[in-house]
Amino acid sequence: MKRALAFAAGLLACTSALPAAAQNIAMTGVTVATGDGSDPIENGAVVVENGRVVYAGPAAGMPQTAMPLMEAAPGTWVTPGLVATVTNLGLWDVGAVSESNDIRASGSPFSAALDAAPIVNPASQHIAIHRAAGVTRAATVTSASSSIFGGQGAIIDLGADPQAVTRARAFQIVSLGESGARLAGGSRASAHALLRNALREASEFGSDARIPGIRSRPAEQGVGDDVPLDPRLVDNRAGRGDDVLLSRFDAAALVPVVRGEQPLYVMVERASDIRSVLALRQEFANLDLVLVGASEGWLVARDIAAAGVPVIADGLDDLPQGFEELAATQSNIGRMVKAGVTVAINAAAMENPRNLNQYAGNLVALSRIPGADGLSWGQAFASITSVPARISGIGDRAGVLAPGAAGDIVIWDGDPLEVGAMPTRVYIDGVEQPLENHQSRLRDRYRDLDESDLPKAYDW
Amino acid sequence: MKRYALFACAAAFAMAGCSTTGSADDASDRDWTAPVGEDGNAPFSSTYERYPGRPTALVGATVYDGAGNRIDNGTVLFRDGEVVGVGDASLDTSGYDVLDGSGKFVTPGIIDIHSHLGDYPTPSVDAHSDGNEATSPTTPEVWAEHSVWPQDPGFTRALANGGVTALQILPGSANLMGGRSVTLKNVPARTVQGMKFPGAPYGFKMACGENPKRVYGNRGRMPSTRMGNFAVNRQTWLDARAYDGKKRDLAKETLKGVLDGEILVHNHCYRADEMALVMDMAKEMGYKVSAFHHAVEAYKIGDLLRENDVCSAIWADWYGFKMESYDGILENAAFLQREGACVVIHSDSAQDIQRLNQEAAKAQAAGRRLGIDISDATVIGWITLNAAKAMGIDDMTGSLEPGKMADVVLWNGDPLSVYSRPEKVWVDGALMYDALDRKRRPVSDFELGQPGEGDVK
Repeated sequence: MKRALAFAAGLLACTSALPAAAQNIAMTGVTVATGDGSDPIENGAVVVENGRVVYAGPAAGMPQTAMPLMEAAPGTWVTPGLVATVTNLGLWDVGAVSESNDIRASGSPFSAALDAAPIVNPASQHIAIHRAAGVTRAATVTSASSSIFGGQGAIIDLGADPQAVTRARAFQIVSLGESGARLAGGSRASAHALLRNALREASEFGSDARIPGIRSRPAEQGVGDDVPLDPRLVDNRAGRGDDVLLSRFDAAALVPVVRGEQPLYVMVERASDIRSVLALRQEFANLDLVLVGASEGWLVARDIAAAGVPVIADGLDDLPQGFEELAATQSNIGRMVKAGVTVAINAAAMENPRNLNQYAGNLVALSRIPGADGLSWGQAFASITSVPARISGIGDRAGVLAPGAAGDIVIWDGDPLEVGAMPTRVYIDGVEQPLENHQSRLRDRYRDLDESDLPKAYDW
Repeated sequence: MKRYALFACAAAFAMAGCSTTGSADDASDRDWTAPVGEDGNAPFSSTYERYPGRPTALVGATVYDGAGNRIDNGTVLFRDGEVVGVGDASLDTSGYDVLDGSGKFVTPGIIDIHSHLGDYPTPSVDAHSDGNEATSPTTPEVWAEHSVWPQDPGFTRALANGGVTALQILPGSANLMGGRSVTLKNVPARTVQGMKFPGAPYGFKMACGENPKRVYGNRGRMPSTRMGNFAVNRQTWLDARAYDGKKRDLAKETLKGVLDGEILVHNHCYRADEMALVMDMAKEMGYKVSAFHHAVEAYKIGDLLRENDVCSAIWADWYGFKMESYDGILENAAFLQREGACVVIHSDSAQDIQRLNQEAAKAQAAGRRLGIDISDATVIGWITLNAAKAMGIDDMTGSLEPGKMADVVLWNGDPLSVYSRPEKVWVDGALMYDALDRKRRPVSDFELGQPGEGDVK
């Protein structure tokens, strides 16, 4: 019954317009992983005040505080919240129930203009379930389906409040390689032509939103009492240089991409495709590129490192799923990191992003296999915290326990990279989060199968 | 951005069954699972033979025998393809190559009861989509082995990263009755016959729920509803019961094999209420379900599953990808174990087959958080002996017991930890993978001359 009340209170908090108060936290004698790539600190301490981290480090260096110390069971770990990129959290309820699924819009007239921000549902079960698994922030985006462009992704927090989106239109995503080629009409050549054309149109799409060659406010044409037709729709006297494939919306959406004001996430796997993406900057100097997938990244790791392009890489893919992934190996990430590439683990390449920590743990395991390349514990944990946070543009305040960072704190019942590790408490911006969801309620109901008094339907 | 293919349509693969035995012998005497052909032999028989191995004594390791026992500082002896002894440090190792397993762990070879390797191989191009004969809601006449491509690189990953030594390849779930499964040794061969597990019974793949009614309902034919699913199934069973065997019929031979208990039913089914209906249908028609596969709601009817002696072959944490998977919870396995029902952890995935040990550990941890403590030795049984039981091969493999096949994994640490990997894998006593010997790993024909040939993967 207590549990049920707590859940009801949690629901109330969800629907309340008042922001929940940040709590102050002081813990010591716990294992602290800061997320910055360093090794975990045994006998560490964490202090959070007013929603911000004040201290994270060895217990010996903990500042004096009047706060009561929170009790911690032996074996407790404290870490920053996990950061999941790329995901579609908040954009769907049931994968195969199309009415509930906003991930793909293959019938849409728009592509680059698709914007995840207004459609994220903070009450999504998947957000609640991933919050309970320690994911506190994520990048979420629609998938490329009507064109090579998937649309503009949002950065969200997974807090139980109505404000999920912390940064709208944080990046654009484009699919090249085999999948992009199919979307572009059947060949990588078409995908590249489509991409280049789109970026050129966007670069010529002036700041005053004029379509080049035509006055922005054309002369009206007499059509009686009807609303006048825009001559750009019927009387395009411009030359071939004015050919436009993109709708105004899609072109406008790509303006910040071509200016380098919005990162372009490029989904690509094959080594040669990666090289072609890196070469795009010879034509479009300002592109802020991020590679997504990159299963053959290890073959071109030095080029990627030299270009300073970060990678959101599939963590454990080791099969030639397609001809673009013949060289896929679980050592991909380890080898890229060794070459100096910034790599986050791609949450989109797993059954669900709550397995981020399991994937990171596997990369640590690899470091013990002769001939394989894995990551240190600190590197692996960074690849699901500080590195995706940096790539997501929130590296200054998320994915890391450092003074001034957001109070995104996860308290774990053990090593967070070990299989089966689960948070016991989760805080976002210092606000303790409810961990209940559809799954936890089913769990509570079916703790036993006793129906001697009433059917299970009354057990809630 | 990749998604696991849970279901795919396939190109047609039809076996023309045209020979008849011409005899009118009593149908009840038939071996429906392998009717004798014109050449006097059962068709497509296994040609697998074990590879040579050294008499080996693994000493000093923690041993999980698959049957629920744990031996610290244990000894495992095998020679001539068979387990000879399992015990403590007092076992005599003279005559064996002694391998020090201090700090390491030994388990039986991992068994995946639900795989589509070979019939949905990588590269997963349309030309390789051979897992669903989705042209009729009931295709008992198809045999998964006729779709298996032995060169699927996925087999090699399952061996090296997952320690998988045996696996059941099932037809997909587009059809109510998808066809016969095949159980394979995870030993590379040039032919599927060369991989077939000698003596393993056939399985029969059935599917409940959304997939069959969607596939056929969308084509305007029966079944388009769950009640349609049951009607088609029941009528098909009734027709099979009436089959007298006088004229060979591939579909009826398989169904008869099920009704005679020679072929084991593996039923894809998610919802608790549907599983209960299937168990009643099986009673009505006179067959037994060996295991429900996927079974994300099995935890709601652990008591019924125990009473009916049906295993649940499940994922640790998949949920939400379709309506009938909406109620998936992490505690599924632990709640089944609490009821004394049979738990098997399966993959249905070329990726997860490489980590069945970790999937089992996740399911164990979910129980532990609720105070349901399930021993490590029991959890190893979820991916070894329980799988073997549900596949009908538990008298040959699945546990480390004298006389059983020497299918053995030496792990470089606790197999229920994310930080551990197989170090060596033996199948029938032959060393088929060694992490310390770069040439002791299989590389499929497909990968020769390609970037990454022979890489650690």
